[in-house]
Amino acid sequence: MSAELITSLTVFVLAAFLGFELIRRVPTLLHTPLMSGTNAISGIVIVGAILVGGAAGATTLEGAVSFVAIVLATINVVGGFLVTDRMLGMFRRRRSENE
Amino acid sequence: MIAALSQNTVNLAYLVAAVCFVVGIRMLSSPRTARVGNVVSAAGMIVAIVFTLLLESVDRYAFVLAGIAIGATIGAVGARTVRMTAMPQMVALLNGAGGGAAAGVAIAEFDRLTRFGGTPPGETAAAIVTSTVLGGLTLAGSVVAFGKLQELIRGRPIVFPGQQVVNALVFSAAVALAVISAPAGETWLLGLAFVVAAVFGVLFVLPIGGADMPVVIALLNAFSGLGAVGAGFVLDNNALIIGGALVGASGTLLTLLMAKAMNRSVANVLFGAFGQIQTSLGERGEVEGTVRATTPHDVAVQLSYSRKVIIVPGYGMAVAQAQHDIGALADLLAEQGVDVKYAIHPVAGRMPGHMNVLLAEAQVPYSQLYEMERINPEFPQADVALVIGANDVTNPAANTDPASPIYGMPILEVDKAASVVVLKRSMNPGFSGIDNDLYLDPKTTMLFGDARESVLHLITAMKDQ
Repeated sequence: MSAELITSLTVFVLAAFLGFELIRRVPTLLHTPLMSGTNAISGIVIVGAILVGGAAGATTLEGAVSFVAIVLATINVVGGFLVTDRMLGMFRRRRSENE
Repeated sequence: MIAALSQNTVNLAYLVAAVCFVVGIRMLSSPRTARVGNVVSAAGMIVAIVFTLLLESVDRYAFVLAGIAIGATIGAVGARTVRMTAMPQMVALLNGAGGGAAAGVAIAEFDRLTRFGGTPPGETAAAIVTSTVLGGLTLAGSVVAFGKLQELIRGRPIVFPGQQVVNALVFSAAVALAVISAPAGETWLLGLAFVVAAVFGVLFVLPIGGADMPVVIALLNAFSGLGAVGAGFVLDNNALIIGGALVGASGTLLTLLMAKAMNRSVANVLFGAFGQIQTSLGERGEVEGTVRATTPHDVAVQLSYSRKVIIVPGYGMAVAQAQHDIGALADLLAEQGVDVKYAIHPVAGRMPGHMNVLLAEAQVPYSQLYEMERINPEFPQADVALVIGANDVTNPAANTDPASPIYGMPILEVDKAASVVVLKRSMNPGFSGIDNDLYLDPKTTMLFGDARESVLHLITAMKDQ
């Protein structure tokens, strides 16, 4: 095992534990926006797609596959954050809030 | 070209992005801070993307920006136009997009590493295999889940003999192809592995019943996160690893929570082909008791003379688009001094928390929404439990009948209320195909018809009094 792999594994395991602790605090009331919001975060894979597809010298195949990945990941990011915002905008504590 | 940042600078930006994600999710723990939290997460994403674009190795801007423009347009239009009832379908497709993108990154990077006849090192190859297989199955599985939720594919489980053996073989084939692609250095083999993994995704979700979709969507959510983690290992990129791990944790936790709410193991949901058991259950013969139908007028009187009414909404309410009128009915009751609360089962709707969103859209304040553990002790004090389009989550057989397929599932104990009124289209069993003895209980009356029309009739009858 390389040193990079050990570091990556450490980051992954700690982030996963942090994730469990954070998500446990989210009330069931907000589970749908939680899901769409975290879903948007998984669109971070767009960074990977840009790194691979945006580098000079990528072949046609790499370009095509990365392009599809960029499109899909952007749908994930933009669609996820916007729809979460739309949902959260509807939650109000009292009937009189907003309009 | 525009700027040339070093890898270290960009890695620092990724740390900022990771902190934004963590703070953003933390703020989702209260409805008051949640919306700002979502903006914080989105800001983290923008930081990560912008700094990546400024990295010295990235210079095909037109290409990258074109992809972003197309994706952003599709995503924005989808997010603006989707109906709240269709949110599970939307999330399913977003999961699929994330999974597909992760597989794309893995395949493109594989091609780059093997471009001059080289082979990826073992560790990287393992990550590529994981990302490609998870991505393929998440993409195709999500599309099938979408089809089931959209009712393009029938919701009842689709089963055939030897299904699990076939599924296991297809999955093994996908992994095997991906594994041998690395020493062979052949991108087409990895592409084939992706396709076979997609076939597995279809076979995997097809036999799962429509009522179990909340579990499936949560699981696919976890997979899309883990796909991103895999891509992070491929590229040694901490932003992907941390972001993906947070999503993986979220999806896993929600999967377990949903399965627990159905009193079933995750394995049982995924491999049990729920709903087929019904045939054997039907053999126990005619159920004793009669169904009492009622009229809107009678129900209106009953509600007006109540002190406490608990509304139990189910997916049937959303199908009939009755949530807005139910909000109006609840207001009318509140004006007459009736204490109105909503009881929300964790699996009400088609995804975790779905019912809350539907009621929020109908401007029902969230202070009136009660989760199962909090509302169950209140049913004995309720004069009327008004069940609208909910079925299995109110079935007392879950507590009393060990032969029932849902025995042991935690339910909303509406049968503890002084009386029960059920709004229902007909006596047909629900999505899962299980009979509900609640309808034969002497204190239950049924108001048949479309849920929305019934509620409108109720409102008219209330106003006429």
